[in-house]
Amino acid sequence: MYLVQVAIGNKPQARDPEGETIMKDLLHKSGYDSVKEVRTAKLLLIRIEAENEKEAVEKAFKMCNDLRIFNPVAHSCEIEVRRKT
Amino acid sequence: MQFPGSNCDYDTLYVLKNILGLEAELVWHKEFDDSRFDSAILPGGFGYGDCLRAGAIAAHSSAIDKIKKMADEGLPVLGICNGFQILAESNLLPGALLKNSCLKFVCRWVDLRVESTNSAFSASFNGGSLVRMPVAHHEGRYFVDEETLMEMERNDQIVFRYAGENPNGSVNNIAGVRNSAGNVVGLMPHPERACERILGSEDGKLVFHSMISWSK
Repeated sequence: MYLVQVAIGNKPQARDPEGETIMKDLLHKSGYDSVKEVRTAKLLLIRIEAENEKEAVEKAFKMCNDLRIFNPVAHSCEIEVRRKT
Repeated sequence: MQFPGSNCDYDTLYVLKNILGLEAELVWHKEFDDSRFDSAILPGGFGYGDCLRAGAIAAHSSAIDKIKKMADEGLPVLGICNGFQILAESNLLPGALLKNSCLKFVCRWVDLRVESTNSAFSASFNGGSLVRMPVAHHEGRYFVDEETLMEMERNDQIVFRYAGENPNGSVNNIAGVRNSAGNVVGLMPHPERACERILGSEDGKLVFHSMISWSK
């Protein structure tokens, strides 16, 4: 069993006003000037049965893709294994 | 068409029956039989509580497979607000609806310019005319990649554009689009809330009127 992390965010071409607000109105106003970009994302943590890490990622990607868990028109989807559970 | 969370269904039905005098009925999505209908409207609301994304869960319902069949047959299909989000999530219309740039729910009247009269829900308008309808949404920022956008502009697929202030940050001020055939249309503003003078505008009537003339 693996704990797989799926992060769904807007594609770089699509503005992320929530990330922009966090950066401009919180971080920069609080003096964290070194921050150059903040992007928000929706995070899904999925426990999934698989033989190995590669299979866990492949299974997660297939279902996210088939069921449009992310919208390929506007979103990027990054999948990684957090740990074996 | 009613999904769990539809909330503009009765307003739309009222307009179709009482103002336009059409035969229309509300159908629960699980009981939808496409062979009984010659057009379909997906109303506004918050289908499935907007879980995952607005329109994302409803887009996988069997009712949408039947709507796709109707769309392929050239029958008029309209998505209003959440209905537009469902049609975009179903790939029946290009693009996606993202969170408003202002990050707030926007509920107010907007001025729209009719850009294309070549669709089942805009044929009765005068091209280029200005109309008023209300918007009420949190995820209405139309987004599509640059290449598709240029193709849509070339193909006259932009049906309505915000004429005044852009309420949600939509690319190219887009408020409504159509598929390439013109029978499927989605728009964020609510024409059903602008069909009687007492409500502030009758401009929305022409959206439904267009459906009648397109079907003839």
